[in-house]
Amino acid sequence: MDLTRRISLTASMLVLWLLPTFTWAASIQVTVEIPQLEVAQYLRPYVAFWVEKDGAHVADLAVWYDTDLEAERGEEWLKDMRQWWRRSGRSLDMPVDGVSGATRPPGIHTETFTFGTGVLVDLPPGEYQLLVEAARQLGGREVVKIPFAWPAQKAAPLTASGSSELGAVSLRLNP
Amino acid sequence: MMAALVPVIANAHRAWIVPAATVLAGQDPWVTFDAAVSNDIFHTDHAALRLEGITAVAPDGTEVALQNAHTGQHRSTFDLNLTQKGTYKVSSFSSGLRARWETEEGERRGWPARGTQATAEGFAKEVPKKAKNLEVSFGSRRLETFVTAGTPDNKVFKPSNQGLELVPVTHPNDLYAGEKAEFKFLIDGKPAAGAKVEVVPAGMRYRNQQNTISAETDKNGLVAITWPQAGMFWLNVSYQDDKAQKPATKRTASYVATFEVLPE
Repeated sequence: MDLTRRISLTASMLVLWLLPTFTWAASIQVTVEIPQLEVAQYLRPYVAFWVEKDGAHVADLAVWYDTDLEAERGEEWLKDMRQWWRRSGRSLDMPVDGVSGATRPPGIHTETFTFGTGVLVDLPPGEYQLLVEAARQLGGREVVKIPFAWPAQKAAPLTASGSSELGAVSLRLNP
Repeated sequence: MMAALVPVIANAHRAWIVPAATVLAGQDPWVTFDAAVSNDIFHTDHAALRLEGITAVAPDGTEVALQNAHTGQHRSTFDLNLTQKGTYKVSSFSSGLRARWETEEGERRGWPARGTQATAEGFAKEVPKKAKNLEVSFGSRRLETFVTAGTPDNKVFKPSNQGLELVPVTHPNDLYAGEKAEFKFLIDGKPAAGAKVEVVPAGMRYRNQQNTISAETDKNGLVAITWPQAGMFWLNVSYQDDKAQKPATKRTASYVATFEVLPE
C-alpha cells in the first residue's frame, strides 16, 4: 500500500510537470476473453488484472467479483485469485473505487485506463508485466502474463492466451 | 464465483461425508468421519453438514449410533465403532415435490419456501394450477459413503427403490489406482440410463484444475471409472426424466458418494 501510494504520488507530480509537453493523455487498454465453458454448473469467474515491476506489485487495474451479494459476502472468494490475493488483495479493504467491478459473462471485455484518471496515475519508464488472473467457483484458476516496456516502442498490441479459465488477453499501449 | 441466482448459492456448493479410512482391520476398529458443504473437495471451509438425517447401517442391516458427534462452524464430525465384520453404510436421503413458475410480471417464484416442508396441503394452497413456465418436479438427494471391517460384503446395498441408488459391480471399498471399477445406478429401483457421472479427486485446494472425470451411465445404468491415482474421490451422479408421479411432470435425482482408492 505504502509503496503504491508513494509511486502514485511521485508519478502524479511527474505528470503535472510534464503536462505542457503532452497534448493527449496516455492510456493502456486491456482486452480479456472469458471463454464459454460447457460445464454442468457455470458460475462467472472472478478476474483480477494488475501491473507488476520486477515481481513487485505496482497497481491494480480491475477486480471483477460478486459485488451483488448482501453484506459483502462475495468477498469470501477473492482469496481464490491466489496470486493477486498475495500481491495485493489481502492488504486491501474492498471495494476499491475504480478497481472493483461486477463479474462479467463469457465474451470479450475491453477496459481502457487513462493515465491521470482513476487508478492509473503514471508509469515511470521501465520493464513491466501485466497479470490477469481468473478463478471460478467449482472450476479452475489461471494466470496469464504479458511483459511490456513503458513507454512502448510501437503501437501493436501485445497478446497472450490462457488455456482453461482465460482466452485471449491483449494489451494495447498508447504512450 | 457469482451465482446467477443468489438463492441457489448454497446449492452451488458440494456436500460430502468423508471417512478417515475405508478399509479397516482388527477386532474393534474405529473410523472417524467429517461431514461438510464446500466448494473445494474436501476442504472444510464453508459450512457444516447437519447430522440430523444421517444414519449408519451395520453389515447385518441394523442401524448403529453415530458416536462423539459434534457440529462445528465448518464441519460435523462423528465416529463409528465397527463391531461387526463387513461393510457399513453412512447415508442421508431426502425427497419431495418442488415447483417453480413465473408471475404475470415475469418474477420467478419457487415452492416450497426455503426451510419449509413440502406438504400436499401446501402444494394445493400455494402453487398455482396454471402459471407461466410452471414446472413441478419430484426430486431426491442421496449422500453416502462406505467403510468395511475385514472382507467387503454387499448387504447394505439392498436397494430401497427410492431415488438414485448404487449397486456395486465393483465394491466401493475395493478400489485401486489404475484399475477400472464398474457401478450400476438405479432410479426408483429401475436402471438409471443416461445419468451424468462426475468424479472429482480430493485436494482441489492444492491444484488449479478440478480434474473432473465425466461419464454417463449406459442403458442398463452401468458406468465404469478408471481411477487415475490413489486418494479420496467425490462422486456425483445426476439424473432427470419425465417419468414423475402426478402432480409432478419431472423427476430429478442426485447421488453423491465419497470413495477411497488405494495404491496398487
